[in-house]
Amino acid sequence: MARYTEGHPRWHRTRVSTFWWLGSWPYLKFILRELSSVFIAWFVVMVLLQIRALSHGPGAYNQFQQWLRAPILVALNAISLFFVLFHAITWFNLAPKAMAVRLRGKRVPDLVITTPNYAAWLMVSALVAWLVLGG
Amino acid sequence: MEPAFQRYEVPFRRDWVVLDALNYIKDKLDGSLSFRWSCRMGICGSCGMMVNGEPKLTCATFLSDYGLRPIRVEPLKNFPVVRDLIIEMSGFTAKLSKVKPWIIRKDETPLSEGEFRQTPEQLDTFKQFSMCINCLLCYAACPVYGLDPLFAGPAAIALAQRYNMDSRDQGSNERLDTLSQHDGIWGCTFVGECTEVCPKNVDPAGAIQQYKLAAAKEWLKSFLMPWGGR
Repeated sequence: MARYTEGHPRWHRTRVSTFWWLGSWPYLKFILRELSSVFIAWFVVMVLLQIRALSHGPGAYNQFQQWLRAPILVALNAISLFFVLFHAITWFNLAPKAMAVRLRGKRVPDLVITTPNYAAWLMVSALVAWLVLGG
Repeated sequence: MEPAFQRYEVPFRRDWVVLDALNYIKDKLDGSLSFRWSCRMGICGSCGMMVNGEPKLTCATFLSDYGLRPIRVEPLKNFPVVRDLIIEMSGFTAKLSKVKPWIIRKDETPLSEGEFRQTPEQLDTFKQFSMCINCLLCYAACPVYGLDPLFAGPAAIALAQRYNMDSRDQGSNERLDTLSQHDGIWGCTFVGECTEVCPKNVDPAGAIQQYKLAAAKEWLKSFLMPWGGR
C-alpha cells in the first residue's frame, strides 16, 4: 500500500490561493467574523484611551470627546459597531452547536439555547444604558 | 504537467445523476476516464467529487438540477489527485485510525459475561455522528484542511466523538491525548461548511465544538484537581 507523504512526486496537489475566501459567501462571512476581532480590539483601545483622558481631568476629557467627533472616527466607530454586532449575533447563533443539552433523553431545540443568550445580552445592555444615561 | 479540463457531451435524462453521466462517458466516449464509485445509493461514500465547485456525492446529484448548461466535475478539493477524478485518501485513513474509532474498555471481559446493554436514549446521543460514510466531502469544504493537510479534520473528529459519547466506551482520555494537539480539535476555526455539505447530516462542526467544550472542562478539572487522576 502506498504510504501517504505530503511531498509524493506523483500526486498533484492544487495550491490554495491566498484569496480562497473570496469565492463563496460562507467563506467570506467566516473571514469577516475573524476580522471582527480587530474592531473589537479597537473598541478596547478606545475605552483605555477614554479612561486615560478621564484620569487627566475635565480638560483632557473634553479634548477626547472633541476628538471622537472627527468624521473619520465616527465612521471608524460605526464600522466597528457593525462588526461587534455581527460577531455577537453570529456567536449566539452558533452557541447551540457547541452545547448539546439533553433533557429527558431528547436534545433541546436550538432556540432554548439561543434565547437566554440574547436575553442576557439585552439585560446587560439595558443595565449599561441605565448606568450611562440614567445614572 | 498541469491538469487540464476535458469536455464531453452526454445525453440529458431526467433520472440521471452526475455519476450516470460519468459512467456514460467511460462506456461510450473515453474508457480512460478514472473515478471511484460503488453503491450509487449514498451508502458507500466513494463517489464524492466537486460538482460546479461544490463537494457532492455524484450519485445523489441530478443532472436536471443544473439545467442544460455544462457541468464542471473535478476531483475533491484539498486532496492530492492520483488521476482524473481520483483523490489520494490514505492521509485520511491514517488520521482516522489515530483517533481509535472503536470501543475501548479499560478491562476486556470475556464474552461469557454477556453484552453491554444500551438504552435507546444512550444510542441517541451519538447515533447522528455514527452515520458518517467517510465520503470526505467535509474535508473538501474545510479551508483549514486545505491550508494545513495535517489537520485531523471534520470526519475523523466527529467519529472520535461518536465513540466518546458511546456509553459502552471508556477510551475518551486516550482519544483526547491525540485530539487536544494543535492538529486536532483546536485547529478547527468553526467555519461550519463541513456540516453544510455533509450528505448524511452528521454535523461534524457541532461534534468538534462539543468536543472542544468537553476538552476545556477536562483541562479545568485537571488544573483544579491535579491529584484527581483521570
